[in-house]
Amino acid sequence: MKSSIPLILALSVSVCGFATAQSGDYDAPRTEYGQPDLQGVWNFSSSIPMQRPEQFGEQEFLTPEQIEAAVARQQAAAAAADAAAARLVINPDAPEATSNPGGYNDFWVESAGIGDTVRTSHIVYPRNGRLPPAVEGAPRQYGGLGPDIPSTRPVRFVVGGIAKDGPEDRGLSERCIVGFNSGPPFTPSLYNNNVQIFQNKDTAVILTEMIHDARIVQIGDKPELTDDIRMWSGDSRGWYEGDTLVVETKNFNGLRQTFSSTGSNTDMVLTEKFTRRAFDTVDYEFTIDDPATFTDKITAIVPMTKVAGQLYEYACHEGNYGMFNILRGERVEERRENESGEQ
Amino acid sequence: MKTLIQKQLTKIALVVLVSLFSITQVAAQSGEIPRTPSGKPDLSGIWQAMTSAHYDVEPHAASEGPHPGLMGALSATPAGLGIVEGGRIPYNEQARRVRDENRANAIDNDPLTKCYMPGIPRANYLPFPFQIVQSESVILIAYEFAESNRIVYVDQPELESQVDAWMGHSNAHWEGDTLVIRVSGQMPDTWFDRAGNHHSWEMVVEERWTATGANHIQYEATITDPNTFTAPWTVSFPLYRHVADNMQLLEFKCAEFSEEYLYGEWRKPGTPRGNPPQ
Repeated sequence: MKSSIPLILALSVSVCGFATAQSGDYDAPRTEYGQPDLQGVWNFSSSIPMQRPEQFGEQEFLTPEQIEAAVARQQAAAAAADAAAARLVINPDAPEATSNPGGYNDFWVESAGIGDTVRTSHIVYPRNGRLPPAVEGAPRQYGGLGPDIPSTRPVRFVVGGIAKDGPEDRGLSERCIVGFNSGPPFTPSLYNNNVQIFQNKDTAVILTEMIHDARIVQIGDKPELTDDIRMWSGDSRGWYEGDTLVVETKNFNGLRQTFSSTGSNTDMVLTEKFTRRAFDTVDYEFTIDDPATFTDKITAIVPMTKVAGQLYEYACHEGNYGMFNILRGERVEERRENESGEQ
Repeated sequence: MKTLIQKQLTKIALVVLVSLFSITQVAAQSGEIPRTPSGKPDLSGIWQAMTSAHYDVEPHAASEGPHPGLMGALSATPAGLGIVEGGRIPYNEQARRVRDENRANAIDNDPLTKCYMPGIPRANYLPFPFQIVQSESVILIAYEFAESNRIVYVDQPELESQVDAWMGHSNAHWEGDTLVIRVSGQMPDTWFDRAGNHHSWEMVVEERWTATGANHIQYEATITDPNTFTAPWTVSFPLYRHVADNMQLLEFKCAEFSEEYLYGEWRKPGTPRGNPPQ
């Protein structure tokens, strides 16, 4: 049975973490090379929205009263979910399950978040916590778990599809090319919100669980990568500013969206900052600068919580019979329609 | 004429000189090995093997490739001395038959054709570079091929393999200047090469990574798999550091390059392949 205790703990930890972060008196441990030690497995799940609900205006954090109300809402939701589950398990007279059991149960879903729960939104710039207006003519494309939304190739979103004619018509995560939360920048999503950071003297690695994407960050002066080489995850260079690891990423391949269903990331410059605020907290801040897509920069903060566990291999492509079945199913469907039309 | 004592003294002096020379040479060599602040050999960097073991780990002559009518010499297999100590893999009879079946249609059955992760040890001798990022308790080895990678846990034997993985589970410790990695929990689906050499779920690989200079690592891997082999066997070869200033790993997300091979049969007839030019 799911307990609400972790929720309360998460909120309490977040409030404490917030206080620690604000005091700024935390001395980050050091690597053997003297850098702030960011290494380990971190979880970036979250229950707060990326964009700020408009009623909060420029209010960045919830008040104590609003936190209390949020705790009550989440407890009530958890209790209702528990009660519903108990009815199904214990009560033999419970109504039969519907034909659609849903994709995932609570075991998988990380929507409760174990990181930041006191912010009103992850976006902190523009100051209203909302996306800036898109540039006129910037491409927009919408995916999702519902029916396909017709559009033209390339498919730049991660989940869903524009058709089922070929694999290129499906989202990039369905094709196992990029993870649906791995970015860059990585953002909280349904599950597997885990990243492991490695450091040595001249390299840092940002390894997102999905899809075993090891983004290697070269630290220090290295020759620039030619503009001719474009990559799904871009080319990342980094440096330390005090206790913060700063990573700048360019050379994206233009086959993904800049952010939030918009843009093509060809000219995007992504700046990420990793700052250890407490033993169990790293603030992940990212800024998107893509004048071809948005009329202003976008900055978001996603606190990450240390996880005492290992990152497991997410082997997506090796078991992607989903793609095989999607295409095959569509061809069978078409054949049936043709046959019924001929009769 | 020298006396017997003089001859003996001369011999002893020579032995001492030779020994001193050898010690100096060894010291000079080991002094060239980069070290971490804690004194361990620093294996960090970008490395690559220069063998044709990717085609066949056993000694082999050059041969015609899989599509000679289509690709001519471009698909031919280059000759290679092999990397298996003793030359031959000690298969049991049943496993040898499986190898022969694999080999008969290797280009279609090789998991790399589908862009599946290569497993260990094959990842270390693919014709692609890989990067070692070494820290004290964990080492990341990132391979360019299929963006596969592995986390190596150093001196953490309590972290055992929980579920089988394409790149396995790696536990390491140092034996002097040699990094010893025990790789367990590998999927049975990976191959050693394009010649159909294979293994079972029971395979355990013990790797030994020994820096022999600033830019060389001597790599050894002993493969134990009683389901498949009559005895443990070992591969060994040197790894070379990429020394160009601008060297870096690039992306090879080959999932997209294997889609037509895997799913082309179910493409809607007449539908173009790929994206329109951007």
